[in-house]
Amino acid sequence: MTVNTISERQRALVEEFDFFDNWMDKYNYIIELARALPLLPEEEKSEDQLVQGCQSKVWLKAEKKGDHVLFKADADAIIAKGIVALLVEVFNDQPAAEVAKADLEFLKEIGLQDHLSPTRANGLMSMVKQMKYYALAYAG
Amino acid sequence: MAYDVQQIRAQFPILNQEIHGRPLVYLDNAATAQKPLRVIEAISDYYLRYNANVHRGVHTLSQRATDAMEGVRESVRAHINAREVAEVIFTRGITDSINIVASGMTTLVEKGQNIVITALEHHSNIVPWQMLCQRTGAELRYFPMNENGELVLNQIDTLIDENTALVAFNHISNALGTINPVEQLLRKAQQVGAWTLVDGAQSGPHAKVDVQEWGVDFFTLSSHKMYGPTGLGVLYGRRERLEELPPHQGGGEMIATVSMEESTYADIPHKFEAGTPHIEGVIGFGAALDFINEVGVEAIAEHEHMLLEYALERTRVIDGFKVIGDTKHKASVLSFLVEGTHPYDLGVLLDQQGVAVRTGQHCTQPIMDAFCIAGTARASFACYNTKEDVDHFVAALEKSVSMLR
Repeated sequence: MTVNTISERQRALVEEFDFFDNWMDKYNYIIELARALPLLPEEEKSEDQLVQGCQSKVWLKAEKKGDHVLFKADADAIIAKGIVALLVEVFNDQPAAEVAKADLEFLKEIGLQDHLSPTRANGLMSMVKQMKYYALAYAG
Repeated sequence: MAYDVQQIRAQFPILNQEIHGRPLVYLDNAATAQKPLRVIEAISDYYLRYNANVHRGVHTLSQRATDAMEGVRESVRAHINAREVAEVIFTRGITDSINIVASGMTTLVEKGQNIVITALEHHSNIVPWQMLCQRTGAELRYFPMNENGELVLNQIDTLIDENTALVAFNHISNALGTINPVEQLLRKAQQVGAWTLVDGAQSGPHAKVDVQEWGVDFFTLSSHKMYGPTGLGVLYGRRERLEELPPHQGGGEMIATVSMEESTYADIPHKFEAGTPHIEGVIGFGAALDFINEVGVEAIAEHEHMLLEYALERTRVIDGFKVIGDTKHKASVLSFLVEGTHPYDLGVLLDQQGVAVRTGQHCTQPIMDAFCIAGTARASFACYNTKEDVDHFVAALEKSVSMLR
């Protein structure tokens, strides 16, 4: 059940992050999001679900539900898992067509994109790209 | 004379800064060391007062630059006790040094021969030999290691045989800090007449090496790991070997005569130094060597060892702390994992607290595969680190672990 649109969910996350004035606290929150993300069963963590271009292992699964797309994700490092959890939070169970064309302004607004080192920022972009590929395939 | 770490720290301006609002604790020295002020000044002095191309100008600046560069070649010779200054070749780095030997050996090695390395090598001392074996049909062999990250040499007489063309290994492992049994390996290689190469990437800043005493054919150093500039390495080679080895690159500086039909090559070391060299790098490296010699390699090693022992003692009490490469003979590298945490996460949270460590595979994927781990976090110490650095590191690590569990 989708209650919020992609942009409403982004707005909510930006407000959450506004509570924290340093990155240790932001990381704490990211770690909490990671813990809240349901685990992916071991048998679903296959090589072909791995997101290319991440320093740690990140698995991303998508499923079509009507014109919506469902996402599940996991990672071996918890901060990477928290970051992918942010994306799942925004995109899960949204119309595939909306996911495909969504603008992820919140990544800039919460400062994550600038905060990450270039290799990690690339990893983040790879996650986003992967989700959009799935959405595009389902929307088509 | 007592080791005055504060006086040493004062020579490294970069250390005096805050990262994310916390004092910088730099513990990624095995990747690259910071530079003392005199290295930075030597480089700017060169550009401010005597920048010129070397070896071929008759004018005064060129003469000064040449003298400075060749003076450093002599410093390197003295540092490793090479027989003659011509045996010191300046390269782009250790990767380049090893590739010079590996590509030069293409016409000297044939099918039926073998190259022997170890399970503890950096990728730069694996891949060039794999490529050489692909070009020549030679076989690549390696010594395995045990669960403490020590080489297992009980197969030495079968691994190194009369068909061994070359034995190559590092003095000290960058990933684990293991100090390898150099003399035993060299002795065996010399018995069968194989060429030998010791990678000194991690020994340069921490240990005194005498290449004549070892009787090694090739030895490598990295400027930037020894408080000098990046982009510069050393290949030491025994004269006989360097004369036998064909040059890997053609161009200016490395020739004696050139006609449109053929060229003759310059003598060593210039035969292996095609093109305008990294003059500023060499000059900066000279200042770095002066610094190391002034403090004393043994004094530095002793100080770092004290820090390692202290770090081991302080981290032992952290629940789930595990040293990877728990060997008795060990340089100042602390490669570790903490149960229930991922090294990347530790690296990120340590950085947030001002502590710089390396995370990942340290360019040694086969070692990580052998331990069945994706990577480690690694703290490595240098001459300017203090016990307070270790205290900050341990406190930051404890905090990170408590957030991650």
